[in-house]
Amino acid sequence: MAEGLETEVKTNPQGDVITATEAPKVQAKENKAAKQRVVTPEHLFFEAPRTKTFITGSEAAKEAIRRANVDIAISYPITPQSETMQQVGYLYAEGYLKDYYRGEEEYGVMSAIAGASRAGVRALTATAGPGLMRGMEVITSWPGGRMPLLLLVMCRVINAPLAIQPDNVELSYLLNSGVLLFHGENQQDFFDFPLKAYMIAEKCEVTLPAAVAVDGFFVTHARGWVELPPDDIKLPPRDCYHEAVPMMDNENPPARLSRDAPIQKSNFISYQMHASWQQEIWAAQDRARPWIKKYMGGLIEVVNPGAETMIVASGSAVSQSREAVRQAGEKGDTIGLVKIRSLRPFPTQELIEACRHAKRIIVPEFNCIGWLAKEVRSALYGQTKAEIVPGPRVFGGMSMPTELILEYLYKTPNEARLTTKPLVL
Amino acid sequence: MTTATSSPRYQVLPGPEGLLPPSAAAMGVVLPQDGEGLVEGVIVPEAATYKAIAKAMLTRRNPTIFPGPLVVWGWTKHTQEKASVVLELAAEIPGVKIIPMPDYRPIYPKIDPEAVINPCHPNLTIWHNKIEACIFVGVHCHFASVTLKMVRAGTNCYTVALCAEAGHEDAMASLPHCDIEKLQRVTEALRQAKKEGLVPWALTPAGKRELAAEAEQKRKQRKAIATSAPTFAHELVAGLDENEE
Repeated sequence: MAEGLETEVKTNPQGDVITATEAPKVQAKENKAAKQRVVTPEHLFFEAPRTKTFITGSEAAKEAIRRANVDIAISYPITPQSETMQQVGYLYAEGYLKDYYRGEEEYGVMSAIAGASRAGVRALTATAGPGLMRGMEVITSWPGGRMPLLLLVMCRVINAPLAIQPDNVELSYLLNSGVLLFHGENQQDFFDFPLKAYMIAEKCEVTLPAAVAVDGFFVTHARGWVELPPDDIKLPPRDCYHEAVPMMDNENPPARLSRDAPIQKSNFISYQMHASWQQEIWAAQDRARPWIKKYMGGLIEVVNPGAETMIVASGSAVSQSREAVRQAGEKGDTIGLVKIRSLRPFPTQELIEACRHAKRIIVPEFNCIGWLAKEVRSALYGQTKAEIVPGPRVFGGMSMPTELILEYLYKTPNEARLTTKPLVL
Repeated sequence: MTTATSSPRYQVLPGPEGLLPPSAAAMGVVLPQDGEGLVEGVIVPEAATYKAIAKAMLTRRNPTIFPGPLVVWGWTKHTQEKASVVLELAAEIPGVKIIPMPDYRPIYPKIDPEAVINPCHPNLTIWHNKIEACIFVGVHCHFASVTLKMVRAGTNCYTVALCAEAGHEDAMASLPHCDIEKLQRVTEALRQAKKEGLVPWALTPAGKRELAAEAEQKRKQRKAIATSAPTFAHELVAGLDENEE
C-alpha cells in the first residue's frame, strides 16, 4: 500500500483505527425537530390531544425523548437497554438531540453524563442489570452533585449465572442511592414517566437525578397501547440558572465557583458539612413529593380502596395483579391494589392510608430478595395489624402467572405450597 | 426520609439542637407557596413572615446579613440592583454586620470569621461574632440548606432565608420567591416595627455596651497587628497542598 495512503488513517494512542463518523446531516425539509414548539409541562401532560398507538416500550421511551427537549444522550449498549438507546440514536440523526455517543463502558458513561449535567444541559442515559452495577459508584455521586439528569433502567438479571432475562433485583441497589426512583408498569408509563421525571428532577428545591425503571422485555420489547401527544411539541428547556447549585461554567471565571473542591476532596470538607449534605439529599427527595403528586397523579394509584385484602406492587407485577384483581372480581371478591409509582421518595403516608382497612396484604415481586416487601413492612410497621405476606415472587426471567397471585390471595404461603400444581403438565 | 405521622408538629427553633438534628423536611415541614411564608416550621401568611423577620432582626443580638454569590458578585444588572436593595434593607437594622459568603469553596487553613462565612463551617463565624439573628440572601439553595442545618444544630442563631426560589425549611423564617419587591417589603416591615416602638438591640443599653466593647477590642487588635510581626508562620502562610489526598 502506498505510504501516502497509510498516513490518512487516524489511530488512537494504542494504535486502534478510529472509526468515528460524523452525524448524518438532516435535510431541511425533513427537519421536524427544528419546528417543534415549546409548551408548558401541563399542556404536554394533561391538555394536548393524544393518539393511541401500539408500540414497544423502547419505542414509547423514544417518543418521550422526542418531546423531552433533551440536549445530550450518552450510553453503552447492554440488553435489554440497547434497543431503546438505538431508538434515541435515530432521534439524534433526526436533529432532536444536540449530541449523542457511546461511552467506553458504564463507569465512563455515568461519569460523562454527570459532566454534561453539571454543565447545565438536559442529559439522558440508560442501562440495565450488570451495567447498572458497573456504573453504581458514579451514580451514587449524582445526588450529592445535585445533577438533575435522567437514567432509564431496563431491569434484567444481574447475578451469575449470566442471563439477560427480566428480574428487578437491581432496583434494590438504587433505593438508597439518593436518586429519585420511579417504577413504570407498562409502555404508557415508559412514555409518561421520563417526561415527568425531568420536570420533577429539575425543580430548584429538588435538583436531583431521576431514574425511571421498567422490567426489561415485558415492557421494553413487548407492544402495548400508548397514548401520545403530538410530536410537534416539546417540554421547556432546562433552566440551569434556577437550580440548587451553580453550574460548572468553564467559559466565565471564576470557574471554581462550581462545586469542585467540596464534593471531590474529602480532606477539605468538614464532617458536619458532609452529614448536612447527605441530609439535604433526602430532604430534596421529600420536596419532590408535591411535584410527583402534581405531574404523576400521586406516588401511588389505588384500585378498590377500602378492600380488606390489598395487593401492593410496582412495575410489571402491577399488570399481573390487575388481572388477578379482575379474576377475583369475577368470583365476587373485591381485592384492592396499590400501584407504587414512586419508590424514592417512598409513599409511606399514602401506603398507610391505603392499607388502613386491610387485614391481609400481599406483595408480588419480580426478584428473589423481596425488596418491595421489606419496604412495605418497614413503612407499615406499627401502623397496621394486617398480615403482610412477602410474595409471591418470581425471578431469573420467569413470568408471574395470575394463578400464583390468586393462590396467595386466598391462602397462606404454606397452604399455597401444598396445593400449587405445575402450570404445564 | 419521612418519619412517623403521629408525633407532634416539628418546630424549627433557634438551637443549639444537638450534634446532628434531622432535617426539617424529613420531619414533615413543607415549603410555602406564593403568598405564604414559613415561620418556625409553620406555613403562615406572607405578612406574618415579614413581621417575624423584622422582630428577630431588630431585637436579637448582633444581627447580621450573609449575602451569597448571587448578590455579592455583579453577574447581571438584576443582581446589582438586588444588592443595592439588600444594602437598603441592612440600613434599617441598627448595628447590623454584613459578612459575605462569596463562594462555597472550603477555606483552609482557617477562615477569618469577621470577614467571611463558609458553608463548610458556618458555626465559626456565628460563634465568633456572637450572632443571634441573621439573614441569608443570594445563596444557592443547596448550600443555604446545608448551612442552615449546621447553624440550627450548633448555635442559638435565629436564621432567616430570603430565597429567590422555593424557600428553606431549616430556616426559622423563610420567604419563597423573594424578589426585589419582597426584599423591599422586608425593609418596610423593619421601618414599621421601629415606628411601632420596637427598640432595636443595638440601641438598648446592653447592645450599646457590647458594640462599644467590640469596637474597642478591634481598635486594640489593629494596633497590635501594626506594631508586631508574626514570628512563626510555616504552613499557615504556605497553605496546604490542594492535591494531597
